[in-house]
Amino acid sequence: MEIVIILTILLYMLSAAGYFAFLFFQKDYLHRAGYFLILAGFVCHSVTIVYNFVTSGQIPVRNLHETLSIAGWIAAGFFLIFQYKFRLRILGIYAAPLVALIMLAVSQVPNQPVQAQSIFKSFWLFSHVIAIFIGEAAFALACGIGLLYLLQENAIKTKNPGFFFRRLPSLELLDNTGYICIVVGFTMVTFGLITGFVYAKSVWGKFWSWDPKEVWSGITWLFYAALLHERLTVGWRGRRAAIMAIVGFGVVLFTFFGVNFLLKGHHEAFTTF
Amino acid sequence: MSAIVLLGLNHKTAPVDLRECIAFSQDETAGAVVGLNRDPVINEVLLLSTCNRVEVLMVTDHMDKAVESAKRFISGYNKIPVSQFEDALYIYQGDDAVRHVFRVAASLDSMVIGEPQILGQIKEAYRTATQKKTSGVILNRLLHRTFFVAKRIRTETGIGDRAVSISYAAIELGRKIFGELERKKVLLIGAGEMAELAVEHLIRNRVSEILVANRTFERGLELAKQFNGQAVRFEELIDCLEIVDIIISSTGSPDFIVTRDQVKEVIRRRRNRPLFFIDIAVPRDIDPAINRLSNAYVYDIDDLKGVIEENIEDRHREAVKADRIVDEAVIHFRQWYESLDVVPTIVAIRKKLEALAEAEVKKTVQSSKISNEHTEALRRMAQALINKILHDPTHALKSEGHGDKFTLLDITRKLFNLDE
Repeated sequence: MEIVIILTILLYMLSAAGYFAFLFFQKDYLHRAGYFLILAGFVCHSVTIVYNFVTSGQIPVRNLHETLSIAGWIAAGFFLIFQYKFRLRILGIYAAPLVALIMLAVSQVPNQPVQAQSIFKSFWLFSHVIAIFIGEAAFALACGIGLLYLLQENAIKTKNPGFFFRRLPSLELLDNTGYICIVVGFTMVTFGLITGFVYAKSVWGKFWSWDPKEVWSGITWLFYAALLHERLTVGWRGRRAAIMAIVGFGVVLFTFFGVNFLLKGHHEAFTTF
Repeated sequence: MSAIVLLGLNHKTAPVDLRECIAFSQDETAGAVVGLNRDPVINEVLLLSTCNRVEVLMVTDHMDKAVESAKRFISGYNKIPVSQFEDALYIYQGDDAVRHVFRVAASLDSMVIGEPQILGQIKEAYRTATQKKTSGVILNRLLHRTFFVAKRIRTETGIGDRAVSISYAAIELGRKIFGELERKKVLLIGAGEMAELAVEHLIRNRVSEILVANRTFERGLELAKQFNGQAVRFEELIDCLEIVDIIISSTGSPDFIVTRDQVKEVIRRRRNRPLFFIDIAVPRDIDPAINRLSNAYVYDIDDLKGVIEENIEDRHREAVKADRIVDEAVIHFRQWYESLDVVPTIVAIRKKLEALAEAEVKKTVQSSKISNEHTEALRRMAQALINKILHDPTHALKSEGHGDKFTLLDITRKLFNLDE
């Protein structure tokens, strides 16, 4: 399986290279190459995930190695679907390096064997993990779109339409797609939190136990809830929405990693070294 | 051997008053091209006449006579002595003429490099020439190559990509802010040529509604009628900002007519939907501080000029790439042109037939064990057949009178598919 992971990383990196070449040379075949490379990477990646799933009979999120791999896999899949639907080609310069980076991290984190535990077979856990990761993948893309928005807005505001002005799509498109990502992300995270509560109830006998990860997930959820609320009521959009999408993803990252490294909690077993 | 010759004058060699005297209107072109073709030394001819250039493209066996004839024709048709325009004329032949045609069509020779109209004008000129049957094998081929090269340059280089006029630059910016301009509302404040041109461009981009505000309401009504829009009173202006998306301002007011505080309030009421101000007025109408507000964008005339200058430089850079494509196409065309002669054509047919014969001999030998001796006999027979087959076509091609030679060669090359 090691070799398939290396192949996956390679394909993701090539895809990133393809998208960057597209950024500079603006040739259609380059972003198409980027798209098919990331698709090929995704297929290879799926092979490793399915292999892990079948050999253990459990959803493979038992240690950081597996969890990151799933996160990267879902991010790649989400990007593929998103790209297919919205054709925001240039976003590949963000998404492809991101998943390549995640997979590089996966290959560096040791895959420590974990004792089989029955808790990983629960339907609730499965829904919880998948929903949360789709949500986080959507937030990751929203962050990328936010960055592109700021670049483009800066080009227009400073009246110096240069490199990025021509290559990036319109502010309107970036703002809308970023918003869609946040709506999808928020929906999935909400669903993931609910299934998480149900699962917690079935395992620990209570919905909420003030575990640091739970608290930070709650903070993340509230953050995006506030963002959406402001958009719907006073029309928070444009620059401010873009900055918030970027900050929001920072909070997501902290919830994912920071809590594990700095604080302790019951997620520790499967997301730390 | 016939030669391709081009003579003409353009905006670089002739001032506008001279170009005006010599220009042919669309209707005149049809008659003129027939008139030119009447001279027997001119085998094929095409006449291109635009406001920036008049060019005569000819295929002739006697270059000097043809050039003289064309000059005389222009002079006679426009009633202007040859000496008056002779100095402005340029004359190209062979590769240079071909290169010039390619460059003109690709808009590399235009006043504004990359402007798209010229290709359409050449197509029109060519259509006239084909209708009047003044173009033949060589011009047909040359013009088809020309259209191909022009298209290739347009897709492979960025020569026509970026706006080089104020109003287009404004539209380009609008697209980067709003995506589609469809269903966007426009407010025109004041009046003026450039502002009206921008509005017309916007209408072509299918904006949904035009509002016009003018200090004199009657003038506003007039303009609104012109754009199929609606006039509003000047006092309502700030309220209008709430419903429009693009504002084009061009008044004679000495002070700002829209201030930052007003827009700040409007943006809030618009729930942050973006506003794009295009300020064409000097002195400015729109407070530049508005540009610092979120979701409001202000471009004044100098900003737009800055954008255009950069774009023009960019086109010049792209033109270098385009010239490389032209050079390549000139070489390709020369190869075809040189092959369009009796000897190369017969050699090409012979080569083709020999290759076919050899392949068939090999196939026969393989399938029915034939001895080496017999194989040689087969080859000899094939060779003899080829000689017999080629005898009459060779004779016909060599003896054909000059006028139809190219047609016959062209047909022969097509029949045997020699140019693939």
